[in-house]
Amino acid sequence: MNTPILQMRGITKTFPGVKALQDVTLDVNRGEVHAICGENGAGKSTLMKVLSGVYPHSSFEGDILFENEPCDFSSISDSEKRGIVIIHQELALSPFLSIAENIYLGNEQARNGWVDWRKTNLEASKLLARVGLSENPVTPVQHISVGKQQLVEIAKALSKEVKLLILDEPTAALNDEDSGHLLDLILHLKGQGVTSIIISHKLNEIRKVADAVTIIRDGKTIETLRLDEGQITQERIIRGMVGRDLESLYPDREPNIGEEVLRIEDWSVRHPQDFTRMVVNNASLNVRKGEVVGLAGLMGAGRTELAMSVFGRTYGTATSGKVFKYGQEINTGTVAGAIKHGIAYATEDRKHYGLNLIEDIKRNISMAALRKLVKGGWVDKNEETVVANGYRKSMNIKAPSVAAVTGKLSGGNQQKVVLSKWMFSDPDVLILDEPTRGIDVGAKFEIYTIIAKLAAEGKAVIVISSELPELLGICDRIYTLSAGHVTGEVPIAEASQETLMHYMTLEKE
Amino acid sequence: MSALRESLGFLTSRLRQVGIFVALILIVLLFQGLTGGILLEPQNVTNLVVQNSYILILAIGMVMVIIAGHIDLSVGSVAGFVGAIAGVMIVHWGWPWWLAIPACLLVGALVGAWQGYWIAHVGIPAFIVTLAGMLIFRGLTLIVLKNQQITPFPAELRALGGGFLPDISGGTSVLEWLTVILGVGATLALLIQAVKERRIRKKFDLESEPTVWFVVKTAFIALLMLTITFLLASYRGTPIVLIVLAVLVIVYTALMNNSVFGRHTYAIGGNLHAAELSGIKTKAVTFRLFVNMGVLAALAGLVFTARLNSAQPAGGTGFELDAIAAAFIGGAAVTGGIGTVAGAMVGGLIMGVLNNGMSILGLGTDYQQLIKGLVLLLAVAFDIFNKNRSGGESILGKQFKRKTTPPPVPEKTTPAQSETVGANTK
Repeated sequence: MNTPILQMRGITKTFPGVKALQDVTLDVNRGEVHAICGENGAGKSTLMKVLSGVYPHSSFEGDILFENEPCDFSSISDSEKRGIVIIHQELALSPFLSIAENIYLGNEQARNGWVDWRKTNLEASKLLARVGLSENPVTPVQHISVGKQQLVEIAKALSKEVKLLILDEPTAALNDEDSGHLLDLILHLKGQGVTSIIISHKLNEIRKVADAVTIIRDGKTIETLRLDEGQITQERIIRGMVGRDLESLYPDREPNIGEEVLRIEDWSVRHPQDFTRMVVNNASLNVRKGEVVGLAGLMGAGRTELAMSVFGRTYGTATSGKVFKYGQEINTGTVAGAIKHGIAYATEDRKHYGLNLIEDIKRNISMAALRKLVKGGWVDKNEETVVANGYRKSMNIKAPSVAAVTGKLSGGNQQKVVLSKWMFSDPDVLILDEPTRGIDVGAKFEIYTIIAKLAAEGKAVIVISSELPELLGICDRIYTLSAGHVTGEVPIAEASQETLMHYMTLEKE
Repeated sequence: MSALRESLGFLTSRLRQVGIFVALILIVLLFQGLTGGILLEPQNVTNLVVQNSYILILAIGMVMVIIAGHIDLSVGSVAGFVGAIAGVMIVHWGWPWWLAIPACLLVGALVGAWQGYWIAHVGIPAFIVTLAGMLIFRGLTLIVLKNQQITPFPAELRALGGGFLPDISGGTSVLEWLTVILGVGATLALLIQAVKERRIRKKFDLESEPTVWFVVKTAFIALLMLTITFLLASYRGTPIVLIVLAVLVIVYTALMNNSVFGRHTYAIGGNLHAAELSGIKTKAVTFRLFVNMGVLAALAGLVFTARLNSAQPAGGTGFELDAIAAAFIGGAAVTGGIGTVAGAMVGGLIMGVLNNGMSILGLGTDYQQLIKGLVLLLAVAFDIFNKNRSGGESILGKQFKRKTTPPPVPEKTTPAQSETVGANTK
């Protein structure tokens, strides 16, 4: 049983200025289910992209041996020819095509250039039977649930005679029942000789299916734990995932916390397409004047969804729950309403949701509160420039002038423009979603300083972040979310990466 | 020497704005030569203005719709429909012009509200809604007119299309003095405004324009306006429709630059999601844009009907394409968020001069269409090449980049994370 099918040796992958992977080693035995664990951003997906040929052989250092033969893939189709198939987190299915068409997409069952529909549908139903999906192969993919779509992806992989199946966070978008079914299928395929690599940070799943776990942190292999040696324990995985020192990257702050500003009670949100999925489930939390509150959670925990649904119902459907400000219930059903009640939400994706990239700095800053600049029916452009120049100084936005187009600024400066926009709307509560994503270290410190200053000015700040050290460095209190539930509320004095990770991986029954 | 280099650098950075102006001048000079001087004769210049006025009116509304990221294919049919309504009101029912004109503009607003409802509130793409509108309102035009033209219109309405301001010198002078006063006054106002704005920009340290270029540009525009004034004054004076058009251009330029509504329009076209998440009521803005387009289409229909002195079943056919072409030649972006009213006017004039010049030369509509199509294609292609060269974002450039290099992404799909990893490994 212990014959290696895959050996990756000394894999180093560099992006401009950043080492994403450093001397990574991975050994996978034939017929096992091998889990890869690590925090968001640790390098798990990069490693899988290296393996599957998304990054061609020439773009990284190190060797890959598959079935004892060296691999030099230059594209995905090369790795698929050898029987390595990757299923990405975001499913790559075409919603309007049928199940059978999707399974054979790019690999059409054709004769002389004409598709053989009988064969296509017949073979597809055989594959569907193998993955335990009882659907008609001519059903359009959009008519089946996400869980079933995941199974179609696996059927598609089987059609390519897969030897090594890579699943990137396969259950992130699934409900509990579908997740269970998928994990059973992985074990079933293992019985048929298919080796699987599964990227996940759901510890209960890993305990259920994995024969071995490799932990990756900051682009390096930490260790490989094996089930038969009794090494797979929750404590050991968590220690491996977070084990690093807090960096002194955070400004000093004397919190001066006052009355409660915002309280969210029993907040529930359903997935906009899949109504059976509760993305946020009975979440309650509050934030006080001058306080920085963190929201921690792994991918898919529902942090952004919670924030956006509170901010003008910009996410989800059938939202229920109450929002109170200074003890009074308020209606935040529209963005304009939320802004009027003094709530600001700075998005995690500033390029798509935060900035008008073809517009200049001053017009971006004034966008959310343009009416404040109106004098006699017209926008006072001089005042606008004065305001923007004020923020350029106080936020230290590095640009030739406030007439510079935001699309050409660096990530850090773009984020400062977004923060300026919301500060100009004069909020009492600021929700900052991944405020330092895509920002270099120096600019991060500046953003932390701005957050500290906002709190000192008496604003209530909620910070959503995937980086635990960051939350520990700047927050006064941290809520943890897992699968839509608030699983913990930890004062900063009692918080550590281990306790947070424990709550973040907790599954509510 | 360094001042010269600075100016050149500035010119290349604004190749688009400069380019379209240069193109207009070159086309004018070309046809001036080809037609043996007929193009810039006083009578022909007057004709040029009057002939293109309704396209230019449509182009104002069209560029606003395009800035917001939409399109309107129905304006030609709407203009024809309102012309037909005007015929029924004035000729059949005998309504006075001062009642019929506001009533027709109201009809235009209702038409716009109808289309705006489907686009903004139901969420059907503007292309589909206005394509349907193109058919619906052409059909209604035929129904209202019972497939026959309505004519003649009273002189008061005809003045809107082909009338001139009264000649205060009583026709005795070589120059028409009211036109001279208006033209010189407008030129002075423009100069004062330009200097004032430059001073403000300097005060806030926003001025990127070298002095040489500012002087040349402003002097050139002033000279151009005085030339047109002289040409108009030496024929029959100021066409009434030019006054209407000038007022519209001034009002809408101000609206797009300095009003909340205008700024929200740019924000929606630039990034719809960001606009929504900034509390902008995107549906309301879109709805109003189409109501506005309906009113301007109605006005264009009235001017056109007045000029022809008849409401015709085919009136307004193809206007939408000229208006759209004017907006795009004038620098509006297909993806929205970019464009100006002034640019659309220059774009419309380019099309107008091409039409007029080729007609004088006796080229048939076959060649006219061929050449106009090529000009539109080249103008937008120039735009895209220019953006790629300067490293700015454009659809073409993005796709090209995406195909050649895989995005620098380690874990998820943001370059963001790569830097995060870097931070942690330190």
